[in-house]
Amino acid sequence: MSDPSENRAGAISPKPSTSRFRGISDRALAWTFVAPTIVILLAINIFPLIWTIYLSFTNYRVNRPNRDVDFIGLRNYERILSDSDIWITMQATAHFLIWTIVLQVLIGFTLAYLINKKFKGNDLWTTIIVLPMMLSPAVVGNFWTFLYQPQIGLFNYVVGFLTGADPSSFSMIGEVALAPWAIVIVDTWMWTPFVMLICLAGLRSIPDSIYEAAECDRASKWRQFWTITIPMVLPFLMLAVLFRGIENFKMFDLVVQLTGGGPGSTTELTSINLKREAFEKWRTGYASAYAIILFVTVFGLASIYVKALNKVKER
Amino acid sequence: MSNFINGLLRFRRGPWEMVASILIAAGVVMLMQPFVLSLFTYSFIVTLIGTVMFIFVSHFPE
Repeated sequence: MSDPSENRAGAISPKPSTSRFRGISDRALAWTFVAPTIVILLAINIFPLIWTIYLSFTNYRVNRPNRDVDFIGLRNYERILSDSDIWITMQATAHFLIWTIVLQVLIGFTLAYLINKKFKGNDLWTTIIVLPMMLSPAVVGNFWTFLYQPQIGLFNYVVGFLTGADPSSFSMIGEVALAPWAIVIVDTWMWTPFVMLICLAGLRSIPDSIYEAAECDRASKWRQFWTITIPMVLPFLMLAVLFRGIENFKMFDLVVQLTGGGPGSTTELTSINLKREAFEKWRTGYASAYAIILFVTVFGLASIYVKALNKVKER
Repeated sequence: MSNFINGLLRFRRGPWEMVASILIAAGVVMLMQPFVLSLFTYSFIVTLIGTVMFIFVSHFPE
């Protein structure tokens, strides 16, 4: 006599897939599963890209949909690449990109190195350090605006306390010379924990046995750092730089909330400038050409960077 | 140096990827440098050539 629980299990278990899909080849079955993904990818990634490339050769304006669209060739590209305002915007982006990456890598790696040492309260410190990364950029931009206030801001007070300067004598987000550094400081404060976490993963992946072997060979701590720690963390560090580089190249929300691109256009990064062209001046064709220039730049940089990353991993 | 030139002549991936990478890097530097406006003007075409070349030559044999 058969066990009733066995019969129930048999009823619940699905039939083998071969019987359900009998008559369909493996290739057709594979395409059936992959096709929805390909369709979605084409619809939300490839089609907008091709449409943007097309629009970049036209004088289309999205706020005048009934106007005839003329094909104007490379004129949008010519105008963008001879515009000194856009050139200045690129320089502001370069300043932001280079300094945020340098500071985040240096501080992030140092923090990871310190956190990796076993000490009391290690987990608590990790949580505290990681907190800024979890906040919304709008919130961070808002409260740093208060911290930077010349009259009541804590940042100005601390700088005044350390240097002896009058806290109300300078405005981090109101002065042309200081505003680019103000956005660098806030982005570094917010995203250094991200770099720290990636470096920490790299440091924790190094087996202790390598350090023990180095100790047996009487290698100094300095030598161990340069010949074991740095080469083994380098792929992780490069990955962090890639992520932060791409992210900061298209930085928008934090800077808009903090300075709005000002004073003047000192902190107007390319993405802010692009948004103004597309959705304030409504020059859609022009903005499309601008977007393509940025896309090709990021794509090219990412290509050579991934190649370098693979070479480091192969070593 | 002769290995590099031989690689280029025999359409090997390594040297051609190196050329493409140099073009991309030069294009990005030209785009963001604060010194000469005409370098900025020609930056995009240099980056574009480098990027297209990179995609193309990455299918060359090792």
